[in-house]
Amino acid sequence: MNKTIDEEPRQYTVTVFTEDKVGMLNRITIVFTRRHLNIDSLTTSESEIKGIFRYTIVTKCTHSLIKKVVDQIEKLTEVLRACYYEEDDVIAQEIALYKISTRNLTKRDKSMEDIIREYNARILDIEDGFIVIEKTGFKRETQKLFEQLKPYGILQFARSGRVAVTKPIEELTDYLEALAQAARTSNKIRNWKLTNVD
Amino acid sequence: MGKILGSQAVVKSLLEEGLDTVFGYPGGAVIPLYDSLFDYINEGKIRHVLARHEQAAAHEAQAYAQITGKVGVCIVTSGPGATNAITGIANANMDSVPMVVITGQVGSTFLGTDAFQETDVFGLSMPIAKWSCQITRPGDIADSFAKAFYIAVSGRPGVVVIEITKDALTHETEFHYKKAPVLRSYAPYPEIDQENIAAAAEMINNAKRPLALIGHGVLIARAEKAVREMLEKAGIPFGMTLMGLTALPSDHPLCIGMLGMHGSYASNKLTNEADLIIAIGMRFSDRVTGRLSGYAKKAKVLHIEIDKSEIDKNVETDLAVHADLKTALSYLTPMLEKKSNKQWRAEFDKFYKMEYEQVIRHDTQPGEGIIQPGEPVDIISRKTKGEAIVVTDVGQNQMVAARYYKFKTPNTFLTSGGLGTMGFGLPAAVGAAVAQSQKPVILFTGDGGFQMNEQELGTIIQEHLPVKIVILNNSVLGMVRQWQTMFNGGRHSATNLINPDFVTLAAAYGIKARKVADRAGLDPAIDEMLDLDGPYLLDIEVDKDMKVMPFIAPGSTVDEVKLC
Repeated sequence: MNKTIDEEPRQYTVTVFTEDKVGMLNRITIVFTRRHLNIDSLTTSESEIKGIFRYTIVTKCTHSLIKKVVDQIEKLTEVLRACYYEEDDVIAQEIALYKISTRNLTKRDKSMEDIIREYNARILDIEDGFIVIEKTGFKRETQKLFEQLKPYGILQFARSGRVAVTKPIEELTDYLEALAQAARTSNKIRNWKLTNVD
Repeated sequence: MGKILGSQAVVKSLLEEGLDTVFGYPGGAVIPLYDSLFDYINEGKIRHVLARHEQAAAHEAQAYAQITGKVGVCIVTSGPGATNAITGIANANMDSVPMVVITGQVGSTFLGTDAFQETDVFGLSMPIAKWSCQITRPGDIADSFAKAFYIAVSGRPGVVVIEITKDALTHETEFHYKKAPVLRSYAPYPEIDQENIAAAAEMINNAKRPLALIGHGVLIARAEKAVREMLEKAGIPFGMTLMGLTALPSDHPLCIGMLGMHGSYASNKLTNEADLIIAIGMRFSDRVTGRLSGYAKKAKVLHIEIDKSEIDKNVETDLAVHADLKTALSYLTPMLEKKSNKQWRAEFDKFYKMEYEQVIRHDTQPGEGIIQPGEPVDIISRKTKGEAIVVTDVGQNQMVAARYYKFKTPNTFLTSGGLGTMGFGLPAAVGAAVAQSQKPVILFTGDGGFQMNEQELGTIIQEHLPVKIVILNNSVLGMVRQWQTMFNGGRHSATNLINPDFVTLAAAYGIKARKVADRAGLDPAIDEMLDLDGPYLLDIEVDKDMKVMPFIAPGSTVDEVKLC
């Protein structure tokens, strides 16, 4: 029976935990590339546990595809864990920096001060000729601010990848314990196989 | 213990893993490694098989691994040595064969500078290997090798590529080796879930028309006996994938033939009549399933598989047992009810008869006209009593060998399944002959594929290997031509070959050879080939218009399989 359902692509957040090894990012992105899947954003940093890195990857695809992609990532040696989350299951933020020319700063109807207050943004730096504004939030929020600031002349704009934590409660430390157990079981089966040759 | 050179650490690592045979080709970046091998080779502690091309060296190591059950080891230099080996790496990995490929690399201070013979092998191999690593310090050699061998051979096996910079080989290090290190990110043998096994047993016990699909995983898990017991107890008819052939004897009463595109008529016709598909150590390749939307429509699917990412990848399962096969069956088989499913098994016979009348008889015993490629396969199958090691290239030669050789013993068939690499045959036959000398090694190849790695005739004479080469010579690229005939209105674009005289070519290497173009000459030539204690090349002129049938046309479903 084929239960293949045609589904609409949706946004997924993939989190991957890996050992600290050269080339991991490459090996993870290859899984996306092979499926002709675009990565919308990607952030990596060391996790709460030293020596374990966390990748947060946002992509858009169908549910059946994200499942397969995550399975293939988790299969990679040195990947400890790969999961995907629906939008409701993650708490995520992105940081955006806007470099604005000071030339038009006072010529607009709405004052810069009002905009900064309204968007809960802040001024990071003031230099001769430009200011730098910082805003943390959802992509739609940083994008809205982008539109507001556009008339002032945005000299540069940079938005980070998604920084996310997940709602489901299984934490990495618990999972590491499960992995250690799995490795022990695996070894037992391996030894059984080595001694039980037909 | 004192310090040793990095290159010596590599050799010691190989010895720690119990390896006595390596395949390879030296070059600038691995000269230090070959220097450390020198004494071991001279003292007969390590056999080094010098291929004539790195791709061939990799295929040879793969075949050696499949026949011996050990990890195949292949040593190549940096740059072109490594890129030449890429096809062999991809091929072995696609077919889940354990192999460790050691490639040289420029000195670590030259990395990334486009130095002479520098290629990013580490990066290049990532998408086609189970694991890759780059060693830049001699102190990392022991740990990396222990990890590499463990990863290559455990779970679903595959290829590990180790790139070593030249300075890591020439500097000194301490050496402590610990085999099969525990890795927290890698648990190749999953825990058995008893409830899951019970559910699988119930599914099988409730089935009225079960069909088992036997894949390469059965051979890899060394579960041939366990699978046989299971199938015989529950009376389950089974088909074998191309890579799963030999897991059980071809003439087993429950065997309904090979699966897939050129598999048996019966297995394809009745896949869609089964009420339960039990996939055992196989991955539902597109060559097995045909069009997925019309695959196994009336069946529930039970998938027993060690690689979790294969479960639900191509065919959605109703129940999956994620486990080592042998372990899983040790729990599953006792829970199965004894059955014979005689009536269901008998349904396959009708289709076999149709296939025999319309395809098999003509393929193997046409009696007149130009020799059919199936004829020598059939004769050799009978003369060797199904006990030879059969190697194929890719294409029509591969399919007729797979279809008409009657296998008796596990792991006696070597072919390029997943990647479909033309040129695989001759080097694989070399590897098989290096691996053992009890069984004759018989290569069925086409004239096209043979010429893709024919330089390995040199390896055959240097290593004194009694490889029997059967060229099913139709002077065309037969399989592509068949498709052109069937789907491109007979426009045979770029599939004609002007060939050399293969007998003269063999003679240049001092290999005995004979050309046969008439049926009467076939039998004596085959006798001469099999009786000779040494390599032999038999060039047989066969029908270029022969089509491999049955055939599931691309885009068709399994039950749309055609006989002509």
